[in-house]
Amino acid sequence: MVTYIIRRLLQMIPVLIGSTFLIFVMVFALPGDPVSGRCGERACPEAYVQKFTQEYHLDKPVVVQYAYYVGKLAQGDLGTNFYGNSVRKELAARYPTTAKLAVIAIVFEVLVGIVAGVVAGMRKGRWPDTLVTLTSLLIISIPVFVLGSLAQLVFGIKLAWFPVTSTAGTWSQLLLPGLVLGSVSVAYVARLTRTNLVENLRSDYVRTAKAKGLGKGRAIGIHTLRNSLIPVVTYIGYDFGALLGGAIVTERIFNINGIGSFIFRSITARDGVSVVGAVVSLVFVYLIMNLLVDLLYGVLDPRISHD
Amino acid sequence: MTDRQDIAAAQAERDRRSAFAPAAPEAVVEDAAVPLFTPDPDQGPARSLWSDAWLEMRRRPLFWFSAGLIVLVVLMAIVPQLFTFLSPQPDPNYADLSKARIAPGPGAWFGFDGQGYDVYSRTIYGARSSILVGLGATLVTTMIGGVIGIFAGYFGGWWDTILSRVGDVFFAIPLLLGGILALYTFPNKLDTPYLVMVGKVVLALGILGWPSIARLMRSSVLQVKPHDFVQAARALGAGPGRIVRSHILPNAVAPVIAVSTINLGVYIATEATLSFLGIGLQPPAISWGVAISDASGIGLVRSTPHMLLFPSLFLSITVLAFIMLGEVVRDALDPKLR
Amino acid sequence: MTTTPPSGVRTTRPTRREPGARTWIPTDGLLLDVEDLHVEFRTRDGLARAINGVSFELRQDETLAILGESGSGKSVTAQAIMGILDTPPAFVTAGAVRYCGTDLIGLDEKVMRSVRGDEIAMIFQDALSSLNPVFSVGWQIAEMFRVHRGMNRRDAEAEAIRLMERVRIPGARERVHNYPHQFSGGMRQRIMIAMAIALDPKVLIADEPTTALDVTVQAQIMDLLKELQADSHMGLILITHDLGVVADVADRIGVMYAGRLVEKADVFDLYADPAHPYTLGLLESIPRLDQQGERLNAIGGLPPNLTRIPAGCPFHPRCRFATDICRAGDPPPLLEVAPGRRVACHHYDQLLGQHLLETERER
Repeated sequence: MVTYIIRRLLQMIPVLIGSTFLIFVMVFALPGDPVSGRCGERACPEAYVQKFTQEYHLDKPVVVQYAYYVGKLAQGDLGTNFYGNSVRKELAARYPTTAKLAVIAIVFEVLVGIVAGVVAGMRKGRWPDTLVTLTSLLIISIPVFVLGSLAQLVFGIKLAWFPVTSTAGTWSQLLLPGLVLGSVSVAYVARLTRTNLVENLRSDYVRTAKAKGLGKGRAIGIHTLRNSLIPVVTYIGYDFGALLGGAIVTERIFNINGIGSFIFRSITARDGVSVVGAVVSLVFVYLIMNLLVDLLYGVLDPRISHD
Repeated sequence: MTDRQDIAAAQAERDRRSAFAPAAPEAVVEDAAVPLFTPDPDQGPARSLWSDAWLEMRRRPLFWFSAGLIVLVVLMAIVPQLFTFLSPQPDPNYADLSKARIAPGPGAWFGFDGQGYDVYSRTIYGARSSILVGLGATLVTTMIGGVIGIFAGYFGGWWDTILSRVGDVFFAIPLLLGGILALYTFPNKLDTPYLVMVGKVVLALGILGWPSIARLMRSSVLQVKPHDFVQAARALGAGPGRIVRSHILPNAVAPVIAVSTINLGVYIATEATLSFLGIGLQPPAISWGVAISDASGIGLVRSTPHMLLFPSLFLSITVLAFIMLGEVVRDALDPKLR
Repeated sequence: MTTTPPSGVRTTRPTRREPGARTWIPTDGLLLDVEDLHVEFRTRDGLARAINGVSFELRQDETLAILGESGSGKSVTAQAIMGILDTPPAFVTAGAVRYCGTDLIGLDEKVMRSVRGDEIAMIFQDALSSLNPVFSVGWQIAEMFRVHRGMNRRDAEAEAIRLMERVRIPGARERVHNYPHQFSGGMRQRIMIAMAIALDPKVLIADEPTTALDVTVQAQIMDLLKELQADSHMGLILITHDLGVVADVADRIGVMYAGRLVEKADVFDLYADPAHPYTLGLLESIPRLDQQGERLNAIGGLPPNLTRIPAGCPFHPRCRFATDICRAGDPPPLLEVAPGRRVACHHYDQLLGQHLLETERER
């Protein structure tokens, strides 16, 4: 297990370096005016261009530029935007709200998704299965921003069960946006759980469990569920990236003052340093989340971690 | 709706498992046939797989339903006039500010939007952007991912190590976040020509979306490669190009086609999301995402839900159709699920 | 946990028998009496008649081999006895499986659970997929004691180690926490066996226990099974397609074809003097050292599709003895043709005694 953790951590390093390099190249080093669109709608003043060039060492070779960039990143310096604000501070103020939103979404995703998937898988081919399969297909097909607007219209405005906007960022205000954000993942988790459960229920070791004289509850609950949830855990990790993307949309729709709406506002204001800083920080969170999931995966599946 | 390009999470997971598992599971002996009986004459796995799949799909109503919807949307994208000539306002670019936000009625089937454009004809014409981006991005990801996956899987060794790591790097950046970065650096402006605009979105999605296809292709190739017919072809002196073309591709391509179809729907949704955020397609380009963005202020949602509803409906149905079709194809190609 | 159990006492606390458990005592050593068993699978592609009237008995200390190709119904028979067929699609439509005089078909599920593992146990072909990959082997063996005997974790684990030693897994105490994938194929099958014999069942069904293994390991596993049987007097049902495995181990052999027993005999009689053309074909297709260079006599054709079993004798399309009588009507009944010998063939008299003569002549 320890070797597994170390190996995963080591495997993480090239991915981290690679992805930050990729982002860096995409944003700073590709041909084109590096300061274009970093100063709002107008062209940048000469003084700012100079300061920017100096700050990001744009007059040096790409590798050197990248080294400086990573050096600053390692210190948590995400740059200062055109308005003179530290992007890190801007983000720090907003992270708790987005984190709450993500927690609601993930809890929703895990609880409802797995329960629905298990119910559908155990009643394969009967009405609960059909219901879950059709509902999830429908939810998957509706993009988050459509779902969000509809939920706002129906539950916020027409039925008034929830506040229409969530400016204050309290748990109760974030409930509806969190459910919207998690909804697509719920559908995927439910389907994945169902598929795996159905597949595993047919497996040889479930037959063995029956031959051992175990009851149905034990055969499914202990021998099948854990195996079926391993891919689901992996999925939830991968899906976290989609969740972060979805947060940008959800926060815009419900007026939540989090990272997502910060990105959206920075895009609108063409505030490049802020956009890059925020996206980089989200990619980081995503990678760390994936690492955690990988470790959990190793705990759940001994074939991965014990060799 | 964002980077669900990893819909094949189960497959990817299996792929990972095989990549990190200590050893491939030992030869699993099925209820071993007595070796003394003459085996069934082998009739090429590729052909029977596809004809079996076709027989399977043909009897599923879901297949005909989703294929029908897709034909309809594609037709909309090619000749939108076919759908609008009966409408009271067939021109999507004709705006009458005095009619702005009027609800659906005889003057306009789906009502008017904030600029006084006819929502119906704009919704019909919006299909083109979605289909172009969806097809384009799918083409780019399948080409890049397919080639890289084949290289990594067929040649193995260093090729595999390097290409798989590069794939991991791209995979580490969520599709929507990467798309935002790319399009922020190379923004679409109001005066960008339509096709350039579409091209940028396609590239942004394609560059970030290929690893999922590459992984899938790689694992398919690895599954096919050890088979006797591949080894036999190699022993008979066939070169790598020929082996890949005539033996590996026909067998490995099935899951890629299924997932690519699903991805097409996902890319359409992602384009709409990017446009919704104001960095995908820009007006005057007509797109469902732009229309939904224009319609979704809180005040607008309350007062003019029709502006939101119709483009949303078309968008969702299109995405649904592609995902459904992809799943039907995938189920049909996977004998295990039958 | 590798703590040694308190000296002298193996299990300190009284073990609990689960609810529904009852005592099963065989009369005259008769353990199993399967009578006219019929199983069919109702699938989308039609009705597959997997077992069509199978009858046999099993006594203490006896080894019965059931021989047949894939699809002949031998595994289904085993799973029907255990009551672990999935319904749907499988349905037992007629017949009885009497264990110590009580019919197990339709028995209350709770009672049936106490029979499985405790009275009748089963081992499967592919131990890698038949063991749960995410639990340690010790845990999986100990589960038998925890579920059926209500033992606590520590005692059950001590039992698991004892069993692993019993099936001769080297370093059992160290390996009890290992996972199935960390063992070799032969060791995994030993673990399956340890799990199956954990509660001293009176009947052990081994479904192709050595098919997935190397030849040398096959012999070791068969020796282990024989040895365990000698110790505990259990009845062993050995399901296989491999005539080689059967010869050394079995007392009696039943040959299955298309869901029917077509021949039943003592092992020596069957080898020396097959009475059914199918058995003859199986025997002739074994490569022999003294027939080097000659063409191997394989049976042509394929076993029938169970959704479309041919009329008459199901073997007639592949049979070189077939005449018109074989091609219509009911399949030939399984008749006693000599003491202890039963065969289902219209033309058994053309075979019985012939093979013996041929072998004589060759000498």
